Amino acid sequence: MTLNTSTKGAAVDIRGVSKFYGSFTALDDISLRVEPGEFMSFLGPSGSGKTTTLNLIAGFTDLSAGEIRLGEQSIGHVPAHKRNIGVVFQHYALFPHMSVAQNVAYPLKQRGIAKADRTRAVDQALQKVQLDKFAHRYPSELSGGQQQRVALARAMVFTPSLLLMDEPLGALDKKLREVLQLEIRRIHRELGSTFVYVTHDQEEALVLSDRIAVFNKGRIEQVGSGHQLYTRPETLFVGQFIGESSVLRGAHSAGGAETALTIAGATLVAPGQARADAPHVILLRPESVMVQASGTGPKDGMTNILGGTVREMLYLGAAMKYEVTLADGNHVIARTPTQDEPFAIGSAVELAWNPKDGTLLADDGSTAGHEG
Amino acid sequence: MNLNLPRLLLSLTCLLIAIWLVAPTFVIIPMSFAGKKSLVFPPQGFSLQWYENFFTNPQWIGSLIVSAKLAVMVSVVATVIGTMAAIGIERMKGRGAGIIRAVLITPMIVPGVVLAVGIYAVYLDTRLVGTWTGYVLAHTLLAIPFVVIAVGANLAVFDERLETAAASLGASRLTTFFTITLPLILPGILSGALFAFVTSFDEVIVSLFITSPQLKTLPVQIFSSMTRDADPTVAAVGSLIFLATSLIIGLGLIFGMRGRRV
Repeated sequence: MTLNTSTKGAAVDIRGVSKFYGSFTALDDISLRVEPGEFMSFLGPSGSGKTTTLNLIAGFTDLSAGEIRLGEQSIGHVPAHKRNIGVVFQHYALFPHMSVAQNVAYPLKQRGIAKADRTRAVDQALQKVQLDKFAHRYPSELSGGQQQRVALARAMVFTPSLLLMDEPLGALDKKLREVLQLEIRRIHRELGSTFVYVTHDQEEALVLSDRIAVFNKGRIEQVGSGHQLYTRPETLFVGQFIGESSVLRGAHSAGGAETALTIAGATLVAPGQARADAPHVILLRPESVMVQASGTGPKDGMTNILGGTVREMLYLGAAMKYEVTLADGNHVIARTPTQDEPFAIGSAVELAWNPKDGTLLADDGSTAGHEG
Repeated sequence: MNLNLPRLLLSLTCLLIAIWLVAPTFVIIPMSFAGKKSLVFPPQGFSLQWYENFFTNPQWIGSLIVSAKLAVMVSVVATVIGTMAAIGIERMKGRGAGIIRAVLITPMIVPGVVLAVGIYAVYLDTRLVGTWTGYVLAHTLLAIPFVVIAVGANLAVFDERLETAAASLGASRLTTFFTITLPLILPGILSGALFAFVTSFDEVIVSLFITSPQLKTLPVQIFSSMTRDADPTVAAVGSLIFLATSLIIGLGLIFGMRGRRV
């Protein structure tokens, strides 16, 4: 975790927060701390509670239970317009009857800032988002990317200690998203404010964030750096939501430091102890699985061996991607360095991996792949 | 040039309908310049005496002033109430909102005579007949539906998320209304106000019931003049009103085009 040393960012403390809509529980007793100056992403599928949490922090929705603190202040019952939090919306929400400059000056006007100071701050903010030449245009005369830049300038011009972003790049095409991701990172570094960023795009969360909170069904599954979530997922949902993976399901024997699962006729080992009463799975990342000729057997610590048939082979330049069908009909994805003589589709192969590269997880029934 | 019959028939039909629509208006104008005191078409002779009569006769000019004052008052009161109602209905959503909206719009659906009789009966008891208060109350009642509909149509396309954005930028509910909501629904409010003005200025049925010799609106004056002596002054009044409304609508269109930014 890389923390910004600037003092401008404020910590966000979410303690035991719930949100109910009638009998529906949108958020179920979540607690989370965002450090001052941190870039935290809320990642999860739609309806997982990430936007609800953002709306609670911003003050757009009322808390059902719990407390939210911004810095030293409890803000749970402060009206939205007094929270001094910048918000960037997916739909830009620019005021169509105001020019770009007037839009950006709006929050400064509300704070009674003198005209000369206002003009200077607006110029600076527009320079930061590289739109200083568009000050007198109207939102309808700008492209989507430019509009979102204006929205960003408007949300940061009053130097809030916390900036919330609700899928700000969701309506833009991939190329523009990547450009703006870099800009958002740069602006975060320059401002030093705390950023909370809601997205359903795991790649975006990985690129931008210091830490990611993974939401699912109104709860937080895990909080950690992208690396932690990728290499040490604590739940099958997190493992599957972040990055590519294969899931091996099979009966297990309760053991000591290692657990053995019987999958497609083979016995496979993974570190960790499984509870006897719950089904478990092994989660595999494509790059930790080696594809080798049948009968090669274990080598270089890759002692887990599983036979299969190549179903698909993709050449990706520096790497090759194999999809291998197991005897039980399931598939495993493997990414290997480019081979001179790749295995043809339909050929019998062996999958091999080091037991410590597999992650033993309780089977929570999640099958959801990731989007984007 | 290829002249085909169906096309020619279509053009002819359209032309006839167009003439039918504007004919009454254009009959009025020549009649207003009639030389003799008879309301016939085509008029005989030429004079400006009916215009002169309108501007010098205190009965005519007085009723014009009454109607104009009344229409301004009605337009202000109906626009304020109607706009607030439209916003309330829009924010309520749900079934209750539909019922309230239906209630607010009834004066437009109930036949004018029915309303007029009801209003007259109540006014007799409350001594409101022939009073400014009586006129303003009755005409506002008739004008509110137009404001509710015009503002409601505008609110339906207004993006409420802009208000959330304004709140996040530090604007209170009231500031948000005056800086964001109001400017964006202003076209609806203005057209509602114009409808309200015209509704009052044009109103004859209810006004006939609650009129008094001291307080007479222009339409009532036209009506009683017609039934009494069919004086071409009514044609002069008609022409003037036609000219005024054409000007207002023309200006409205010009400014409307210039203001269109989005």
